[in-house]
Amino acid sequence: MEAAQPAAPPRRTIHQRLLGDHPSAWGFVFPAVVIIVGLAIVPIVWSLLLSFRAADLIGPSKWVGLSNYDALLDDDAFRSALGHTVVYTALFVPLSIAGGLLIAMALNRRIRFIGIYRTLILAPFIASVAAQGVLFSFIFDERFGVANSLLDEAGLPRQGFLGDPDQALYVLVGIGLWGGIGFPVVIYLAALQDVPRELVDAASVDGARRWAILRHVILPQLLPVTIFLAVWQTLLSLQLFDLVYATTRGGPLDATVVVVYYVYNQAFELFHAGYAAAVAYVVAVFLMLMVGAQLIYNRLRTRRA
Amino acid sequence: MTARRLPFSPWHLVLAPTAIVFALPLAWMLLSSFMSNAQINQFPPTIIPDSLHVVGWDHVLTQASFPRWFANSTIVSLVCVVSNLIFCSLAGYAFARLRFRGSTILFLLILATLVIPFQLTMIPTFIVMEKLNLTDTLGALIVPGLATPLGVFLMRQFFMNLPREVEEAARIDGCSRLGVLLHVALPLARPALATLAALTFLLMWNDLLWPLIAINSDDNYTLPLGLTTFQGQHTTDWAAVMAGNVVTVTPVLLAFLFAQRTFIQSLTSSAVKG
Repeated sequence: MEAAQPAAPPRRTIHQRLLGDHPSAWGFVFPAVVIIVGLAIVPIVWSLLLSFRAADLIGPSKWVGLSNYDALLDDDAFRSALGHTVVYTALFVPLSIAGGLLIAMALNRRIRFIGIYRTLILAPFIASVAAQGVLFSFIFDERFGVANSLLDEAGLPRQGFLGDPDQALYVLVGIGLWGGIGFPVVIYLAALQDVPRELVDAASVDGARRWAILRHVILPQLLPVTIFLAVWQTLLSLQLFDLVYATTRGGPLDATVVVVYYVYNQAFELFHAGYAAAVAYVVAVFLMLMVGAQLIYNRLRTRRA
Repeated sequence: MTARRLPFSPWHLVLAPTAIVFALPLAWMLLSSFMSNAQINQFPPTIIPDSLHVVGWDHVLTQASFPRWFANSTIVSLVCVVSNLIFCSLAGYAFARLRFRGSTILFLLILATLVIPFQLTMIPTFIVMEKLNLTDTLGALIVPGLATPLGVFLMRQFFMNLPREVEEAARIDGCSRLGVLLHVALPLARPALATLAALTFLLMWNDLLWPLIAINSDDNYTLPLGLTTFQGQHTTDWAAVMAGNVVTVTPVLLAFLFAQRTFIQSLTSSAVKG
């Protein structure tokens, strides 16, 4: 706080009035602001304008009013993409949070090899999602994949996995968990280390059982982190793209077309950029509403608790 | 509880299998990159190969463009790491220490971009790159990554927590703001800078969607884009695809191994103000 200047500053130049006390600060922030604002804020407005136009990214575009949004209402392909995204999110978010908490609690102790366990469990999360997808395309390959050979060994029937329209989306959830659970694990590990030892000790002195300690002492401490994770993982899974592209490319029979894949396909494969912008806008608003609702819900719940 | 105690902590019984589940696919990737396609394609498929081969590696390193893609990924990631260190430090420092007209609004704008989904901005970003004549060059990959909102946020947090007194002496000696930042604040910020570097490297190295949109020619692919394209063209040459996969993930996994603390710090830092 630079509170040194009293109420009536005697000699403030016109420059200082216009630009603040440190006009040179503009030089500090300029490069970052140009890039971040120029490639985020400007495109948001641009996208909105684009969504009212018919544009193919090549020729000049033409104003079409709300007809892109109109078309969206009757677009069954979009509706099914939205459905796939909702299914993926509904499975991935709770499973990754619960699984992440369990693994973090197991990792949160000082025993031998704990560093090795932690490294191995976190390694998949560091690898690129594209690489994860390619790896599991191989593992789940119907003919040559190791998953089916293991089923053979066990005397169980072979499965279609990513090649089966009824299974593919669930297999993607599985791969997503393998590659994505590292994040909740890291976050919960950090949070568990912040739970004051006195709290846990006090609870044990009271003779509280382990389960009761967990439920009444540790879990409430983890609530803020859990809220963050719920929002973050929801954002992530609503934006699922790389994994789909690296494995099924939306197939088989469009069973794994998710919304971002749909937007990508409309804009950059079919060149319906205006329509794609409309889809992206609807999805983004939906996403913000969900995140907002989650935040409000959680806030109300914490207040009541 | 009972008299019979295990000679080791029972948690090993939970953790060892869990660790294996996570590590095994990666180990399988490495192993099958050294198998011949005959070994992979035989029925029933091999699980433990009786001999190792380098045909996949030979394909990836001498016939395919993986060395080139590796170079591209390295250039893009390193340029963005360096520029993030510079631009985010400058901006973070200004937002933390200097009062200037519009600073609050600008900072809120930058914060807001943290939650904007990329699919909303990707089409106009593509058009901007087209106008700048950057599409299908590495420049198109580098420019949007030169500064990140999370980076600005991280550095601002760090400088806000840095006691002002350490800078005061230098100020009294007549050092300029930039001088203070360079000679006093930044040397203290090494852990924060390492965190920022790790985060930027991860994001840039692993990205697929934006390179897929911005790049057309084979010569300008990055590794994730090259790998997925290569797999699409060689669906039965799994040994080579897995060798390419190893090339793609090894740099980040090695970096993670040697700087685990920094990487974990960079992941948790994104949650600090969640």
